[in-house]
Amino acid sequence: MTDLKNRYDLAVIGAGPAGLAAATLAAKRGVSTVLLDEQAAPGGQIYRAVTQTPVRNPSVLGTDYWHGADLVGPFRDSGAEYLPSSTVWSVSRSLEIGLSREGAARILPARHIILATGALERPFPIPGWTLPGVMGAGAAQILLKTSGLVASGNVVLAGTGPLLWLLAWQYLRAGARIDTILDTTPRENWRQAMPHMTTFLRSGYIGKGLKLLLEVRRKVKVIDNVTSLRAEGDGRVQSVLFRRGDGAEQRIPADTLLLHQGVIPNINLANATGCAQAWDETQRCWVPTVDAWGATSVEGVSIAGDGAGIGGALAAEHRGRLAALDALHRLGRMDRAQRDREAAPHREALEKAERGRVFLDTLYRPGKDFRVPQDDTIVCRCEEVTAGQVRDAVKLGVSGPNQTKSFLRCGMGPCQGRLCGPTVVEVIADARGVSPAEVGYYRLRPPVKPITLAELASLPKREDEIAAVAPH
Amino acid sequence: MFQRLPNASGERVSFTIDGRPAEALAGDSVAAALIANGVQTCRSTPVSGAPRAPYCMMGVCFDCLVTIDAVGNQQGCQVRVRPGMRVETQNGKREIER
Amino acid sequence: MTERQRSDYDVAVVGGGLVGSAIAWGLARQGQKVAILDEGDIAVRPSRGNFALVWVQGKGLGLPEYAAWTKRSSDSWAGFSAQLREETGIDVCFERPGGFLPLLSEAEVEHRTNQLKRLHNQPGVVRYDYEILDHAAVAKEMPFIGKDVVGASYCPLDGHCNSLKLLRALHIGLDRSGVSYLPHHRVERIEQRGGGFAMVTAAGEVRSGKVVIAAGHDGRRLAPMVGLNAPVRPERGHIIVTEKTAPFLKHPVGFIRQTDEGGVMIGDSFEDAGFDTTVRNGVTSTIADRAIRIFPQLGRLNVVRTWAALRVLTPDGFPIYEESASMPGAFVATCHSGVTLAANHALALAPHIAAGSLPEEFKAFSARRFDVPKAA
Repeated sequence: MTDLKNRYDLAVIGAGPAGLAAATLAAKRGVSTVLLDEQAAPGGQIYRAVTQTPVRNPSVLGTDYWHGADLVGPFRDSGAEYLPSSTVWSVSRSLEIGLSREGAARILPARHIILATGALERPFPIPGWTLPGVMGAGAAQILLKTSGLVASGNVVLAGTGPLLWLLAWQYLRAGARIDTILDTTPRENWRQAMPHMTTFLRSGYIGKGLKLLLEVRRKVKVIDNVTSLRAEGDGRVQSVLFRRGDGAEQRIPADTLLLHQGVIPNINLANATGCAQAWDETQRCWVPTVDAWGATSVEGVSIAGDGAGIGGALAAEHRGRLAALDALHRLGRMDRAQRDREAAPHREALEKAERGRVFLDTLYRPGKDFRVPQDDTIVCRCEEVTAGQVRDAVKLGVSGPNQTKSFLRCGMGPCQGRLCGPTVVEVIADARGVSPAEVGYYRLRPPVKPITLAELASLPKREDEIAAVAPH
Repeated sequence: MFQRLPNASGERVSFTIDGRPAEALAGDSVAAALIANGVQTCRSTPVSGAPRAPYCMMGVCFDCLVTIDAVGNQQGCQVRVRPGMRVETQNGKREIER
Repeated sequence: MTERQRSDYDVAVVGGGLVGSAIAWGLARQGQKVAILDEGDIAVRPSRGNFALVWVQGKGLGLPEYAAWTKRSSDSWAGFSAQLREETGIDVCFERPGGFLPLLSEAEVEHRTNQLKRLHNQPGVVRYDYEILDHAAVAKEMPFIGKDVVGASYCPLDGHCNSLKLLRALHIGLDRSGVSYLPHHRVERIEQRGGGFAMVTAAGEVRSGKVVIAAGHDGRRLAPMVGLNAPVRPERGHIIVTEKTAPFLKHPVGFIRQTDEGGVMIGDSFEDAGFDTTVRNGVTSTIADRAIRIFPQLGRLNVVRTWAALRVLTPDGFPIYEESASMPGAFVATCHSGVTLAANHALALAPHIAAGSLPEEFKAFSARRFDVPKAA
């Protein structure tokens, strides 16, 4: 890493659509730009392995996926520096990036930082979800894209949201078998989504999305209105117990259970940096607070893409370009008028890309029982804390997730709340009878990804920092 | 249970799982390679000894932890398989020596 | 005699951290009707900065009464933890295997030796064993100790516990004893009212016969309202925690200890940073570097969490326990060793508060000691 600059004008973190587009635009304007990503190849999650997938038949993964390749070429030609296999574990308010590469850590300063760390699957806590053989539908999609692996044996998909149907469609195209799709979309969501239907019909989603949905429904057994789920098995998942509406419980065999109920912003790095965040009631998740350019409450830090609110891959691209334009302005390379002028086509494209989102967000909002699970369900996978234990803590007077952490160790594991935070907040909110906004979220600190003690020890230290540790 | 698509192409990589010889495709993460080789459980938890396997495949769940070349608690989904790599499933807490 | 107005509680404890909870627990055991007034989820909460040590060595240089007070708490801790276990079913994992403070140079060894000598030479100071060990003696007990460790001061009375379980056990015990735990009740004002006190909060007023201010940093603001003085200031300390590791370290080693859950806690640092708890990577890096010098094997462990918290420091670092002369029934209790002193707070301090006054032995901990100009 000795050939890196001492300070870049712009550092972009995350090589998905937002990061690729942002880095490309900025670098083409002559701003010294570096794109950092923890994967070995560009694409983020949505375009994962787009330059390397062993699934060569383009009709399996679909044209939307292959659009990702159109972002990589221009990026490679832009003049931006690319650092793959580099994990960012810290961003300080003074715009110093803590990164780790090949087991060695270093601090990389920048004048402006764009976080483009995207989204992750919303936790789907059901009894038995920690059993081997239960994984996210997104995980199965990654296995397909990076390794050409598909689930076999009895394969059950469960949940709600566009990704679930997309995966099912990709599986069918690949010749893989799906036994059942258990659709947990709540019946009442249709009524609430109706007012947004007209906008949705004008969007880009309607054509492809509907076609995909209908094809899957034609070829796969789909059970609607699933209101409860339980993964069962001895040492690994062997069956799924579910209920339809108020009906009796039914059991089906499963060797693999793929769960999905939407994606939510990955907020850990933003939170640990000190960026303000707020609860978004429509998307029912925590979102960093950003302005129209993606600027956060921390001077010099912007967020582009799904990390600032779920908008999908195309919206992410446009937001990335808008954030890059704003960065150019903040770096003094472009005055405000020029920035606004150049932004106009991207804003238009963004508006078009976001059209119809509210309908999807409303339709696919997960039902309460899948956000606020039963007592015996593990909510914190790392520390194995159940929903019942969280409720007991609330009865003792614990009012938020940070106190819950102290009482139960919930959120203290290596995932740092990525898989438990949303659930813990909803369980507390439900138990207290207040909104999640009032409950708040974990306060996170670096490192947001683990680094070894030796790596940490190797970082540069200022005089006063060393003095702070001298014996007192 | 997962299987490779018949036309998934790529270079083969030889490595070991708990001492046994195994094969992967170049580009497989360790977690994917374990799954491709039918390994159903990659670890037992330090809290209760419960069996776990990869859940998210993108580095956020920390359930795919395995020992790689004698270094414990590595996220299998974040490391690419390399020829000769020694992958071991883990039990419970990390050992101070590994 | 004017008729005393009925109060809601016998005692209101302002602050629900380690100090407040332990005192409240002890008061409940004395049959007192207690309320704890606490803030919400996002609050300073200095208790978060605890290192879970029940530590004796080195304490009391400048105030020999503090050495006795500390030893007394350490000696009572096993009984305290047994009572908690009996009441709540929670084992707070108290162990007293003896503790080592590692010394990384001859100068440090000399400094520590002199420090402890002076401490133990103070007139009237309590007696207990301690030793200055050289590298070989330390290595006998911990063969994996780093070669940079020149020596250590050892005391058989030093120990540690699981402080999260402690807090949880206290709160469960409080709940079972009928103590009212009131979150979101930040106290704006304390007023004398009808023979007792009224705590004015945004969530309403709470009336009690007596009040104990155990509010950490907020003690500074609250104490004068009842004629007391708690001149505390924040001091930032950073802590690192590693992934869960199979047990390898039985003894607490000053600022390095392995928890019963397996993670290794590593500290410590001292900064004047006001109320800023932003983690500084340069500080945690220095802490990490020192820890690896002490136990080289730690280097390969993954850091899972770091945080910075704010100690509650009086001008001399020793506790303040005092009853108000102008408003009898109002007390202040503040210290920065809330875990070590938990047993005392519950079993030695609370009964006096319940009875209504602090005896002579607490005079040494009065804040009036800060008013006396130091002898030349």
